[in-house]
Amino acid sequence: MKLTLKIWRQANASDKGALKTYELDGVSQDMSFLEMLDLLNEQLLHNDEEPVAFDSDCREGICGMCSLMINGEAHGPEVTTTCQLHMRSFKDGDTITIEPWRAASFPIVKDLIVDRSAFDRIIQNGGYISANTGSAPEANSVPAPRDKAMRAFNTATCIGCGACVAACPNGSASLFLGAKITHLGELPQGQPERYSRVQSMIGQHDAEGFGGCTNIGECAAACPKEIPLDVISQLNKDLRKSMILG
Amino acid sequence: MRAVATTTLIKGARSTRSTIALKLLMAASGIVFVLFVLVHMYGNLKAFSGELAYNEYAEHLRTFGEPYLPYGGLLWILRVVLLGSLVAHVGAAVALARRAHAQRPVKYAVKKNKASSLSSRTMRWGGVALFVFIVWHLLHFTIAKINVGKGGQAPDITENPYRLLVNSFLPEQWWMVAIYLLAMLALAFHLHHGTFSAIQTLGFTNTAESRARARVAGWVVAIVIAGGFSLVPLFTVFGVIS
Amino acid sequence: MAAGTHYLPGLTPTNEAPVQKSDDAAGYYVLGDKLVDPKTPTGPIAERWTTRKFENRLVNPANRRKLDIIIVGTGLAGGAAAATLGEAGYNVKSFCYQDSPRRAHSIAAQGGINASKNYKSDGDSDYRLFYDTVKGGDYRSRESNVYRLAEVSTNIIDQCVAQGVPFAREYGGLLDNRSFGGVQVSRTFYARGQTGQQLLLGAYQAMERQVAAGTVEQFTRHEMLDVIIVDGRARGIVARNMVTGEIETHLADAVVLATGGYGNVFYLSTNAMGSNVMAAWRAHRKGAYMANPCYTQIHPTCIPVTGAHQSKLTLMSESLRNDGRIWVPKKAEDCTKDPRDIPEEDRDYFLERIYPAFGNLVPRDIASRAAKYMCDEGRGVGPEVEETQPDGTVKKFRRGVYLDLGAAIERLGKDKIEEKYDNLLDMYERITGENPYEVPMRIYPAVHYVMGGLWVDYELQTSITGLFCAGEANFSDHGANRLGASALMQGLADGYFVLPNTITDYLADGPFEKIDESHPAVVEALEGVQSRVEKLMSINGERSVESIHKELGQIMWEYCGMDRREEGLKTAIGLIRELKKEFWTNVKVLGSADSLNQDLEKANRVADFIELGELMCIDALNRRESCGGHFRGESQTEEGEALRHDDEFAYVAAWEFGGEDGAPILHKEDLIYTAIEMKQRSYK
Repeated sequence: MKLTLKIWRQANASDKGALKTYELDGVSQDMSFLEMLDLLNEQLLHNDEEPVAFDSDCREGICGMCSLMINGEAHGPEVTTTCQLHMRSFKDGDTITIEPWRAASFPIVKDLIVDRSAFDRIIQNGGYISANTGSAPEANSVPAPRDKAMRAFNTATCIGCGACVAACPNGSASLFLGAKITHLGELPQGQPERYSRVQSMIGQHDAEGFGGCTNIGECAAACPKEIPLDVISQLNKDLRKSMILG
Repeated sequence: MRAVATTTLIKGARSTRSTIALKLLMAASGIVFVLFVLVHMYGNLKAFSGELAYNEYAEHLRTFGEPYLPYGGLLWILRVVLLGSLVAHVGAAVALARRAHAQRPVKYAVKKNKASSLSSRTMRWGGVALFVFIVWHLLHFTIAKINVGKGGQAPDITENPYRLLVNSFLPEQWWMVAIYLLAMLALAFHLHHGTFSAIQTLGFTNTAESRARARVAGWVVAIVIAGGFSLVPLFTVFGVIS
Repeated sequence: MAAGTHYLPGLTPTNEAPVQKSDDAAGYYVLGDKLVDPKTPTGPIAERWTTRKFENRLVNPANRRKLDIIIVGTGLAGGAAAATLGEAGYNVKSFCYQDSPRRAHSIAAQGGINASKNYKSDGDSDYRLFYDTVKGGDYRSRESNVYRLAEVSTNIIDQCVAQGVPFAREYGGLLDNRSFGGVQVSRTFYARGQTGQQLLLGAYQAMERQVAAGTVEQFTRHEMLDVIIVDGRARGIVARNMVTGEIETHLADAVVLATGGYGNVFYLSTNAMGSNVMAAWRAHRKGAYMANPCYTQIHPTCIPVTGAHQSKLTLMSESLRNDGRIWVPKKAEDCTKDPRDIPEEDRDYFLERIYPAFGNLVPRDIASRAAKYMCDEGRGVGPEVEETQPDGTVKKFRRGVYLDLGAAIERLGKDKIEEKYDNLLDMYERITGENPYEVPMRIYPAVHYVMGGLWVDYELQTSITGLFCAGEANFSDHGANRLGASALMQGLADGYFVLPNTITDYLADGPFEKIDESHPAVVEALEGVQSRVEKLMSINGERSVESIHKELGQIMWEYCGMDRREEGLKTAIGLIRELKKEFWTNVKVLGSADSLNQDLEKANRVADFIELGELMCIDALNRRESCGGHFRGESQTEEGEALRHDDEFAYVAAWEFGGEDGAPILHKEDLIYTAIEMKQRSYK
């Protein structure tokens, strides 16, 4: 396949940046999207041009390091991460526009790499259950209803990639936040800190500059782990209750 | 530059100061509007019962609660509540819109919408359109009592609101009908997403099923209210109500 | 448990010290002194850890905040250690090369985590988990370490549940278990196919809590490039800020490496793109011994390579072998046909044919090797991939065998299979573009885990005083082969329960003399790193780092992969030495060193992989026996099974760095068992 790539190039955080166009030949259907970029980088290196910087690590769809807005869709046209997107989703002759996640809370570091440390800080501000090592009771001493445990698991599969923020016109991180609130809030172990957690986490979310949610659902559609919109409802509900309870 | 993290952790965050609190405010004020337009629409439909019934109903609204409330007291209470809700609704919307704008200073060169409805994406402009319409509507029927119809002198609304209504939507004033129908379309859009959004914001959509039900509620509220309102001008312009 | 095995309390030796007769690696190494772990515990096996915990010195809570600990790596071992030591009140500095601690590659582990809870009441116990682990590791691990691992395994589950790890549960709300990796008890706890992710997020959240509490400071996008040693003690690290390019020094009272495995020496592996050996290798060059580097676990069920562009391999859970039948065409000319058109009589179900008793469920290494031999014969399937031969010629091979769910779908119905393997089969289809319900899947072995790593004593201290090593990065617990669902167990055991209880004995001597950044040893380390970076940037040759890494991987895979032989290993050592020269004279790195530069990052890593590759080959060459993840073609039974030589090789090979151009020095630590007897396995 032969492709035309329009890629955002930006030398560093303070650089203005612009889309640059590249022609790439010899792309195979079996390549992953990132392997296609590897190929481009090999070509750029050969031509003494600096390779395109982009994030990736596990390349099996679980670490959440890869990102990329591909033709206006977070992680591209399939419901998966960019590293699991394959070139058979594209056709010979396609033009592909590749941009970084765009949000003031995710400042661009270089080219397609953004700084998502805001997510770490949201977790730092309550996204845990306080259980010091060694202080845990026997694991089976507190049963957890199976359906609640399942919901906790389903929402705990969030990989923290930031696609929800990238896809949201408000740049809200509500899906990320709601997923953690729901995960911990569904488990018996998460109850003691349930309402203080939601308060401090939303406080950090807002302080980081993430937008408010308008319930339009772009985040859930972009989520490679298919976290449903109902975690945002859960977040809202817990916050509403926290106004009274905590 | 050393550590990336641990620079600014917010201590003692309060629920009432959060973006979600703003959304709750929007949801609550939005529900006030929904209830209001529902009652308003019910009143409008009285037009189908004829001039007498309609005018009696209008008068009843003014005398409601007498002697505990003064004449027109209910309407003044309503006006205060509605104005308060409007300030809350618009204030919260402006605050959230400004946050959203600041969060994406550089726009995407290409951006696709995958899941959001047209109604959900037009909430802000739709809201502005509705606001403009409300100002016009108040000028038209309540404050200035503009009556551009050919029915001669504008009848005083306190004397005969039915005539005011009918005269406004006479066939030769098809453009007036068009304004109102367009406004009802905007209202339908706003209600379609707004109803769902309010239910979600209040935290009542924690499962796929309840979320689907909330979506249905959005359709029902939008169609019933906007449709109900549209009946009167439509039936007037075609001469059924006269 | 096989007949004739007994519970042994661990008071008398059951074997004699090995005496090596062969010397395949003569000329490639120097024999050093025997090595004895100075911290080896004694007494009844079940009491050793308890006794040690009591006898170790402690650090007064008021003194802890005066002690700084650097932890490199934020996977299960590093993340858990940072959280636990932070909770205890030490000053922890945590480093990772990723943009967040949550990305560490522990996250990709699928299957589960073992613990001897005996919730199924099926006869499990600490001793049985210990027994299975030592046996599974082909008697090449230290018994005291493994028993401790089994002992703390139950605490791990308690801890993780308390943190909110959403393990699978039964209808009554209690924890579910499954049987894993061919053991006879159900002791594996799991969170669907994402157990590693859930455990890592638990450790990550515990660590982030300590960041908020101010006890842990986290340095993301920082890569360790050297260890700083002052007066014989590890006192800090040199790290590169990968965003600004600044080379920084960080000082502390102790340094912990929890930097994972080095499977990427093979270029293609199931490791993450960034997984590397640099931290461990830098420590090795400064005096830390590298133990058993040749022990490599190769996983039989990965998705095959599709072409030269391949950047990594993806594992498919081994559980597929429960329902899938593995075959290749009998005739090489059928290899390009649609498998559905190949009639039953033309299919060779080679595992069922060669190993009728275990069939498709033979151990990982046997299944892997058998697949390789089929493809070597020219009966592999899937796309043709070019491979460079030792004489430099290029030959084409199809590297894949069929894993056919057809019979299982017919027997159990598509729904049942879908329910069991849903996510997995979706992932397969996404990667290959083939529907596994209709077309037989293709699989091929891939490097998955390394059992070798930095040598540590019972207290996880390396041969450098004050430098500790935890998780996959150390060598200690798995012997020559790791059982399924044991990697997560070991990472968390080290991080939550072992290291925090052993490092205190070292820290009790601290705080050590204050040093600052102007100390000659610190300056020397810093300048060493700076000059290496400058060198890499200035070569300005013709070849990309990536192409050299690929070439290294091909050499390693060909000669130090599933079937290692004397001649091949010697060839490999020669090729690697050539490649090292090529790298340092002809590599091309663009951009600048003082900004984000991913090629420079890779160049640093590949430079160390090359040196490690050579040592792996030397270790493999010396060990003329087959054990676990190390198969020497010269040492097999008539049936082609791995043949151990306990009388010669029941030792840990701990390699000391022999200088830039010197040969590595081999120190042997004899493995003497007291709580278990060595036995040969048989899967026929």
